[in-house]
Amino acid sequence: MAIELKMPALSPTMEEGTLAKWLKSEGDEIVAGDIIAEIETDKATMEFEAVDEGTLGKILIEEGTEGVKVGTVIAMLAGEGEDASDLEAPSSASTDEVSGEGKDVGQAESEAEITKPEAQARPSDPKIPDGTNMATVSVREALRDAMAEEMRRDERVFIMGEEVAQYQGAYKVTQGLLDEFGPKRVIDTPITEYGFAGIGTGAAMGGLRPIVEFMTFNFAMQAIDHIVNSAAKTNYMSGGQMRCPVVFRGPNGAASRVGAQHSQNYGPWYASVPGLIVIAPYDSYDAKGLMKAAIRCEDPVVFLENELVYGRSFELPELDDHVLPIGKARIVREGDDVTIVTYSIAVGLALEAAEELAGEGIEAEVIDLRTLRPLDHETILESLKKTNRLIIAEEGWPTCSIASEVTAICMEQGFDYLDAPVTRVCNEDVPLPYAANLEKLALIDSERIVNAAKKVCYRD
Amino acid sequence: MAKAPANNDPALSEQDQDFALRSLQESFEQNKRYDASKEEMLRFYEQMLLIRRFEERAGQLYGLGLIGGFCHLYIGQEAVAIGLQSALDNDTDSVITGYRDHGHMLAYGIDPKIIMAELTGRQAGISKGKGGSMHMFSTEHKFYGGHGIVGAQVALGGGLALAHQYNDDGGLCLAYFGDGAANQGQVYETMNMASLWKLPIVFVVENNQYAMGTAVKRSSAETEFYRRGTAFRIPGMNVNGMDVLEVRAAAETAFAHVREGNGPVLMECSTYRYRGHSMSDPAKYRTREEVQDYREHRDPIEGLKKTLIEQGSNEDDLKAIDKEIRARVSEAADFAENSPEPEPAELYTDVLVEEY
Repeated sequence: MAIELKMPALSPTMEEGTLAKWLKSEGDEIVAGDIIAEIETDKATMEFEAVDEGTLGKILIEEGTEGVKVGTVIAMLAGEGEDASDLEAPSSASTDEVSGEGKDVGQAESEAEITKPEAQARPSDPKIPDGTNMATVSVREALRDAMAEEMRRDERVFIMGEEVAQYQGAYKVTQGLLDEFGPKRVIDTPITEYGFAGIGTGAAMGGLRPIVEFMTFNFAMQAIDHIVNSAAKTNYMSGGQMRCPVVFRGPNGAASRVGAQHSQNYGPWYASVPGLIVIAPYDSYDAKGLMKAAIRCEDPVVFLENELVYGRSFELPELDDHVLPIGKARIVREGDDVTIVTYSIAVGLALEAAEELAGEGIEAEVIDLRTLRPLDHETILESLKKTNRLIIAEEGWPTCSIASEVTAICMEQGFDYLDAPVTRVCNEDVPLPYAANLEKLALIDSERIVNAAKKVCYRD
Repeated sequence: MAKAPANNDPALSEQDQDFALRSLQESFEQNKRYDASKEEMLRFYEQMLLIRRFEERAGQLYGLGLIGGFCHLYIGQEAVAIGLQSALDNDTDSVITGYRDHGHMLAYGIDPKIIMAELTGRQAGISKGKGGSMHMFSTEHKFYGGHGIVGAQVALGGGLALAHQYNDDGGLCLAYFGDGAANQGQVYETMNMASLWKLPIVFVVENNQYAMGTAVKRSSAETEFYRRGTAFRIPGMNVNGMDVLEVRAAAETAFAHVREGNGPVLMECSTYRYRGHSMSDPAKYRTREEVQDYREHRDPIEGLKKTLIEQGSNEDDLKAIDKEIRARVSEAADFAENSPEPEPAELYTDVLVEEY
């Protein structure tokens, strides 16, 4: 059967080109792989290679012809037992039917609406049974206990990172784990974030449940390619075949007097990536309950802790299995006058501010987001409906922040409820300075939250 | 005081001192060609031909605008994937590679139809049309991609190897990367940990001589890639990647070493890609004569064909194989061309596994 040789495209965007040169003549024997012509566009030259074998029949487009449309039949190829000279040019109609990128190919117009899945009301925290004993536990211990409990529960769970084993954790979060679980499951890595983040991600793809500790999230910038490109996107790119249940965890945000390179909040960075779960707890209750949920989660989780909060102690119910829902914010203080949306270390500052505001007759509702992705729109908007005033307190830069995102949600979905502009209370928009006075000036504090709250209440 | 030479260090065990980074190469060189049966050779021939014809057709479909974006063809490199993957234990071993991945998938016997349909971005594609040429996976076959970021698959492969070791399943990971990726830092971070932890992994450098348009000599201070594991005490192997029987023999040696718990092997397979880096390659960085020389004198398929005929195979039988493969590839291309595109609702599926 005669084969039509069609004008090829150099790229999906190419529509036409120049047939620069024929390297074979009519009557020549062609084998697969022979270069038969050269095609040019303004960008590049491409060799046109034969895929089939046969005898080159009629050349329909002479060399030097410009503006040859992609898909135009440029020559005919005679197969075995055919006489090349007999081949006729095809009717011109067939050239119009080249289907391709951007064209509607074999897909009938869908009747179904393209519906984006609706965000649904998320389950609340499980009720703590009456009479449950409350213990006072530091965030550091709560995190450690969560990991240990999950490691006892599931053999596939292991932890790897710098100084997690023999040193007992750079910030002592993994204290005691080596003794209980041994070096197979508590793995000291060299200082090689990109490499071990990749190994952790690959191990998750291979069916394990790795917890990858970064000594701080500042160093995870070396590894962000694996977090974003390898862990977050693979389930989608594989059509749901390849899961990546890994937890990347470690301290995030400003510590104390460690300067600009060791003091940054990466919450907004990771929260911008589809395919990731991003959790940033404040107290021991959430740290434990959400760490256990993160380890059980089938999706890749970025779990942002805070060095300055590790040592703080909070009440924690003594339950056999304290697991909290991912994606649900928590109202940590109720109030009717103004909503303060916050997360991580700034929750403490917001609660301080709320105390002070109460002294001045303003009752603030404080919402701890806990999960930054997916963000709990419902809880934010419900509170806004009640208070009609909203500020966001975030220990991080203001530009393209979680605060910016919450502001956009309020504008798009809560505009009619607003009695004052949504206001961001963040760090100053500068790299964090070392000098004690400058550092203090750069970081968010409760006073700034109080001032912003009064402003939106028109009480300043 | 000058530092004492390492081999005088009493802390090193005797075994460490005797450890020879060329031991595998030496044993491989004693018998460099795998003694394949006629059936095995015919199978290799058929599989390499399938890759060749599939890729030629993919190039053609790209030219017609049916395949979009980037499309990196494996033509010329067929013996590497076939030689190595034929030696795997398909029930336990895992494979991971970069974006030039069509050949590795075909080497597994994955249906050419669903691979081609992925290239054309159709619902029936192996990633439902959401991955494309560079991002294809088959967990069923323990093929873990298909990764678009140069070198990322090496660290991920280290993780797959860690999972084999952790689960004690006897498997190994075969991690392919190119001469271009061989200059990425994470490759060496992974080699360090793989050797330190004795992970069951074979690092395979498919040296096709060019990283996009940059010749190896213009990008690499050490162009003998198999030596690059020396700093991590990983034995190297230097293999002719244009000869499927030599690749297979090397695979036997390397896999045995890894399966005995000795840690990783670094294997360099010298090969050549006939086509451009991707379909939109200006081909200005090498001469047509150079490409032609490889095609005429070192082609892996022609080479094996010659061996087969020398050993008594009939030219007509080989031609029949070719004909059958052409038919399969045409069927795959028709399928890929005529299958429907993904439903619009697929846009929102598979972002996350769970609902929150």
